This record gives sequence, structure tokens and C-alpha cells, in this order.
Amino acid sequence: MPDVAPAVRLRGIGKRFPGVIANDDINIDVARGTIHAIVGENGAGKSTLMKILYGVQAPDSGTIEIAGEQVSLSSPADAIRHGVGMVFQHFQLADNFTVLENVVLGAEKLHGIGAAARAEITRISDAYGLGIEPDRLVEDLGVGARQRVEILKVLYRGAKVVILDEPTAVLVPQEVDELFGNLRELKAEGLSVIFISHKLDEVLSVADEITVIRRGTTVATVDPAGVTSRQLAELMVGSELPSPSTESSTVTDRVTLHVADLSLPGAEGPGQGRPLLDAISFDIHAGEVLGIAGVEGNGQAELVEAIMGMRPGATGSIRLAGVDLDQLSTRRRREAGIGYIPEDRHRHGLLLDAPLWENRVLGHQTRKPWARLGLIDRKAARADTERIVADYDVRTPGVDTLARALSGGNQQKLIVGREMSGEPILLIAAHPTRGVDVGAQAAIWGHIKDARRAGLAVLLISADLDELIGLSDRIEVILRGRMVGSFDPSHVTPEQLGSAMTGAGGAV
Amino acid sequence: MKDPRLVKLGLGLAAPVLALLLAFLITSLVLVVAGDPVGEVWSTILGVPEERNIANILNNATVLYLSGLAVAVGFRMNLFNIGVDGQYRVAAFVAAVVAGEAWLPGAANTVLAILAAMLAGAAWAGIAGVLRARRGVSEVISTIMLNFIATGLVAYFLRRVAVREEGSNDIGTKEIPEGSRIPGFSIGDGPTEVYGFIFLAALAGFVYWFVLNRTRFGFDLRATGRSTTAAVASGISVTKMTVVAMLISGAVAGLVGLPLLFGDSYSYGSTFQSGLGFAGIAIALLGRNHPIGIAIGALLFAYLDEQSNPLQILVGVSPDIVAITQGVIVLTVVISYEVVRRYGVRLEQHAVARALEADRQEARA
Repeated sequence: MPDVAPAVRLRGIGKRFPGVIANDDINIDVARGTIHAIVGENGAGKSTLMKILYGVQAPDSGTIEIAGEQVSLSSPADAIRHGVGMVFQHFQLADNFTVLENVVLGAEKLHGIGAAARAEITRISDAYGLGIEPDRLVEDLGVGARQRVEILKVLYRGAKVVILDEPTAVLVPQEVDELFGNLRELKAEGLSVIFISHKLDEVLSVADEITVIRRGTTVATVDPAGVTSRQLAELMVGSELPSPSTESSTVTDRVTLHVADLSLPGAEGPGQGRPLLDAISFDIHAGEVLGIAGVEGNGQAELVEAIMGMRPGATGSIRLAGVDLDQLSTRRRREAGIGYIPEDRHRHGLLLDAPLWENRVLGHQTRKPWARLGLIDRKAARADTERIVADYDVRTPGVDTLARALSGGNQQKLIVGREMSGEPILLIAAHPTRGVDVGAQAAIWGHIKDARRAGLAVLLISADLDELIGLSDRIEVILRGRMVGSFDPSHVTPEQLGSAMTGAGGAV
Repeated sequence: MKDPRLVKLGLGLAAPVLALLLAFLITSLVLVVAGDPVGEVWSTILGVPEERNIANILNNATVLYLSGLAVAVGFRMNLFNIGVDGQYRVAAFVAAVVAGEAWLPGAANTVLAILAAMLAGAAWAGIAGVLRARRGVSEVISTIMLNFIATGLVAYFLRRVAVREEGSNDIGTKEIPEGSRIPGFSIGDGPTEVYGFIFLAALAGFVYWFVLNRTRFGFDLRATGRSTTAAVASGISVTKMTVVAMLISGAVAGLVGLPLLFGDSYSYGSTFQSGLGFAGIAIALLGRNHPIGIAIGALLFAYLDEQSNPLQILVGVSPDIVAITQGVIVLTVVISYEVVRRYGVRLEQHAVARALEADRQEARA
């Protein structure tokens, strides 16, 4: 083993939040001059960990050592002082400033704002092969170049450890290759890179060491040469995989949801013209679960929101049990029989500062038993919330408790119970078990299976391939807004799905 | 286990009390620094008001209450309607013209003028609502600008319709005929009458509470205020709610000047009271957007105003010291609500954790 202290050593890091998965006993060693990947599902605790390492949040327990010296980081400025820099997924650049101005902003004391700074930027750019011209306007740069500016900003401030949070999420494949080239340059110069991702193939190709985080804790550190992406996936998800569908098929020949030629234009602006959804067509039958696989950001969220009527620009045809939804508002669509478990329960699923019974009414304002002549009968709403709390095993002191006080799993069980209570014929479940504990996960899987048996059509979106394979009757892969392959879950492996998701493989 | 609703009420009361104590403390510091007699100032202000003062306090509070309600409607949806000031002046002017023309007889004329005021206020606020919903213009900016435009607009039209009062340089609209005024009532044998409009203000408070807490529309409005994204996902049209909330806020703002118009001045002139809209912001904050809370806030502000009048004569201190207290209240209210809110969230999380722990132990046993 190397005799020098590791660039970063985390020991027993713990962080608790109410209602969210926290960090618990995280142990990581990042050696000097290496690329260290940290992988885990969404909600596994990667972001919290990085915020701790970058001084945004303080850990409740554990120690951080940087280059052998124990430190306490109480702000990003502290982290930068200790040579830790972070490149966020969402760039923090001023578009109407030049590269030079963006780089020196907040670091004016280092090399001034003039010729010395320009020289330093050019030196760093040349040393690591970043290819950055200091006087270009940021708004004229592409996504890949902006990311390199962010990396340069961090290096300019003297970082020896560079954290990259999901850096490839916004890049096209060629840009990913360029980025990996840059990272290898950094490594060659003795810097350490911490690379956060949930894309296993990328991680296997670039990392020297991989640490897997599951449910807030480090479960393994592995050598990429010795693992397959299937093994990594198992480590990420744990042994609690749903049993691949051994249940008999309940698929009927009645089409519940018919989507034809659904398109959604991209946002306006340079380089943003690619449509978010491109001529998507599929049917879901009663009693069928259709799983949608895809790398995050390839149109899954837009597909769901277009079906829900939350995306005004969408074109094409959506019919629910023969009813044309195209002209209907989100509320009318829900009333037509759609239950919706949103991807982000805090943003789209709950009123965090409202009591549970108000959250029960949310999305079902016009429904019995509480809606009468435009009024809301609170007693009826409370009673029905009590029913959901009992039937769906929501652990709460009462229905007047604020949604914020519940754990993530219990919040999600309330949402599932609510969406199953509106007599839906279609259930849209986007990442239904993201960030919930094991017990709640099993319960939610059970509810989705029950829904299928009860003859609902289910549209299941998940980043967890084993969840998709275990629950779906059919899996469609979405890539850059298009359906690119259809798979039978009883015969597909996560590797096959993975290559289709990245565009490397075709349909079976 | 304690009733969570009782705990909530206790916390709800703790915040404003804490804010007031802090505000009094800071005001006392100002007095000490200025070398003014702290004790005498407070004993003058915090004394029991006399009968004639009570009528003034109630009248002033009526006006402030309506202003607070108007602001609170917006607050419940995270809309910051700073334009209540402009809205009520446009509305009061329109009402004064309508009532002064007396197209209808007696009480019908009053009702028509009140409706006209609400419509005018709604229309004026609606401009900001539509700009926000359709073009994303911040309602803070647009309502402030509309305040200025309202000042100019009213001054301009006032010249067109005004009649000059005998022996005065003031100009105003035609006086409202006696049959269309809203009669007041006396408390004890004081010379000042309490505005009859106070009952309409109380009614407005009740309607506010009922609509927000008991109707689907109110649910949608509160849901949108708490989380726009969750509201959209639940099927609420946020653009529509934005416009409607501004219209309602403006309609309530339209009532603000009417107690003065129908109970005191009987015409809209160049001396009509202005600045009532800004006090409403402070009062809505202090009252936590709750109709009873706003009433208490309005009474408190009116009480402080009234009680500070004799300061100059009795202790030789400028009554403006009360404006400092009122201003400081706005700041301490924001701080103390946040402190108490965080404490409440912690308390609730502990309660949830305790309940779950108890569950687990039961399961074990």
C-alpha cells in the first residue's frame, strides 16, 4: 500500500435528516492521483456525502482527513482552503461574462483580474489539456466547454481534490469521452478526482476504484477490473431484488392507455433544439405493467408530465379507455382515472407543511366523499385519511401531523394509498421506491402488483433495472426522447437493458 | 399525549407575543439612547384608553383590518401585493364618484358604490395578476409601479370631476347624499361615532376565513401557496389561480377606503388618507394571515397610533416613536415566526419518533 496519506479519508461519517435517508457510517479512502467513483442509486446518500465533503453541511458524526490532516469543514470556503473543489451538476456560471471573468469572480485576490489571471488560466488550461480561451463569452460555449470552465475554476482556486457530481448527465457521448480524457490528465498530474455517478458503464471505464453506497452507507469498495456492471448493480440495489416476475400474466386485450405520436419540442435557444419527446407511441393494456428504462434525463419525466397534461407544448394523441385526453386539463385527466405517483414526492406529491389529511385531498379536490358543492368536508377527509393510514401502514401519530415530519417511506406510502384510492384505471408510478426504506419498498412493490391484478394499467418508470425487470410485463427503453427498444423482462438482463439505454444495443 | 391542535395554537400565540416583547425592548433602547423617559412613554402608551379614544381606535382598526385582509389573500398564495395602497385609492375614488352621482336612491346607491369599488380594486390589481401569470412579471414590481400610476390617475380624474368646496382650496368629488351614507353608532357618550362599516369588515373577515378554509377554491389557493409544483401536479391551474387571487386581493383592497368615505368624509378629495396599504402588509404579517390574528394586529396598530397622540404634550416625546415600534414589529415578527416554526417542526418530529418507538416496543412485547 502507498506510504503517503490518502488525499481524502472519511471515517464513520453520519448525517441524519428527518424523513430522508441519511449517511450512516461512511468510510472512504481516496488515494492520491486516482479517479475514485462513488456510485449508488438516486437517494442513496451520495449528494449528502458530497455536501459534507464540500463543507455545505456538517456531519453529525465521523471524521474527515485531507492529506493526512483531520479537518472540520464548515463552509465551501473552508473546503477550498483545504484544496477540495466541487463541480456541480448545474453549472454556476454567468452567461454574459467571459471565461476570465467567471473564473476570477470571488477569487480576485489570487491573481488579480487582469493579465496575471489570464496567464494563469492559460497555464492551467494548457497543463491539463482543457483547451479554454479566457476571453470567450460563456454564452457562446457549448455544454462540454462550460463544464471544463467549471473544472478550471476549481483548479484555479488551488484544488487538489476535484469532486464532480454526475458530470456526464448533461453530456453527449463524444463529450463524455473528452471529459474522461481531461480527468485522466488531472490524475496524471497527481490530482485526485471524486466522480459521482449512477451510470455503471462509465464508472467502470474511467475509475481506478469504486465505492458503492446503498441506503446511506458504504457497502463495498471494489476494483473496476474485477467486477461486472451486473455485480455493481447488485451491490447498489442490495439483495432485496424483487423476485423476477414468477406471477402469471394478468394482461388482457383491452387497451387502457393508447399513446400515439407523442412529441414535445425542446426548449428554445442555441443547442437546445432537440425534441424532448419524439413521436412516442405505445399501448398499455388493462392488467399490464409497462416499464420504461432509460438513463435519467432522456425524456422519462417529460413523458409522464405530457400524459398528465402538465406540458403545454405536447402534440400527438393520448386516449385513456377510449376517452381522448388531449384537450383535457390535468384535473380532468386525473378525474378520468389516472393515479399519479410523481418522481419527486417533495416537489410534486406533497404539501410538506400541510397536515396529512390535506395531502389526502390534494389531487382529489373534486372527489367524493369530501367534495360537496365546492366545499370541502373536513370530517370526511380526515376519516378517509385514517383509512389510508391504517390500510397502507403509514406510521404517523395522527392525520393532523404535518407531512414533513414523516419519513420518506411513510410519505410515499401515503401517496400510494392516495393515488390508489381515486378508483384509477391507469397508475403512473415514477421511481416509486426511490429513497425509501426496505420495508416500505417491499410494501410499495406489493401495491403495484395488487394494482396489476386488479386490472389497472401501470406505467412504471424506474432507474432501478431490477425493479423494472421484476415488476414489468414489458419494458420499453427510452433514449433521447425516443423509444429505441422493446424487451421481454423474463429474458432480458440488466446488461442488455444498459446497452440499449446508452444506445449501444438494439431491440430484441 | 397532548392534542397536536392545542400545541399548534400555543405555538401560534407564542410567536406574536415574542415579537411584541422584542419590539418593545428595541423601542425602549431607542428611547434610552435618545435620552427620553422610557417609563413615562410606556405608561402613556400602554394605558387604558378613554371612551372617546376607543371609537377612534375601532375606526382606525376597521380600515387597517380590511387592508390586512387584502394583503393576506395574496400572502396565502405567495403573492406579495404591495399595491393595496394604489388599489384602494382608485377604488375609493370610483366609489365616491358613483355614490356622489346618486344614480340610485338610498341604500341601493351604497351597494352599487361598494360593488364599483370592489370591481375597480380588482381591475387595478388584476393588471399585476395578468402580467405575473402571462409574462412572469414580479407582482412586487408591477404593484409598486401601479401605486404611482394610481396616484397620477386619481389626481388627473379628480380635477375632471371635482367640485370646489366653499371657502377652501381643497377639491373633492360630489358629496354622498345623506340617505346613502352608512350610519355609525356611539360608545357611551363619546362624541366620535364608530363606523357602521365595521360590521361589513367583520363580515369580510368571516368570508375570507370560510372561503380559504372550507371551500375547494380556498384549498386550491392554499395548496398553490404552499407548493406551486405540487399544485400543478394535483391539477390546479396556477396561472388561473394567480389571476383570481390578485383579483380577490384587489377587490378586498377596494373596501379599504370605504369606511372613511361612507362614515366620515363623504367625498373623495385631495386630502383623502393615503398609506393605509402599507400598514396592511405589517398587519397581515403580524396576524399570520389569520382573520382573528389580523383583527388583533389591526387593533394593536390602531391602539398604538391613538395612544401615542398625547405623547408630545404629556412627556414631550414625538409620537413618531410609535412608528418605530410598528416598523420594528414587522422585523421581529418575521424572525420570531421563523424561530417558533423551526421549534414546532422539531417538536413534531420528536412526537413522530416517540410514536414510532412506542409502536416498536408494543410489537416486541
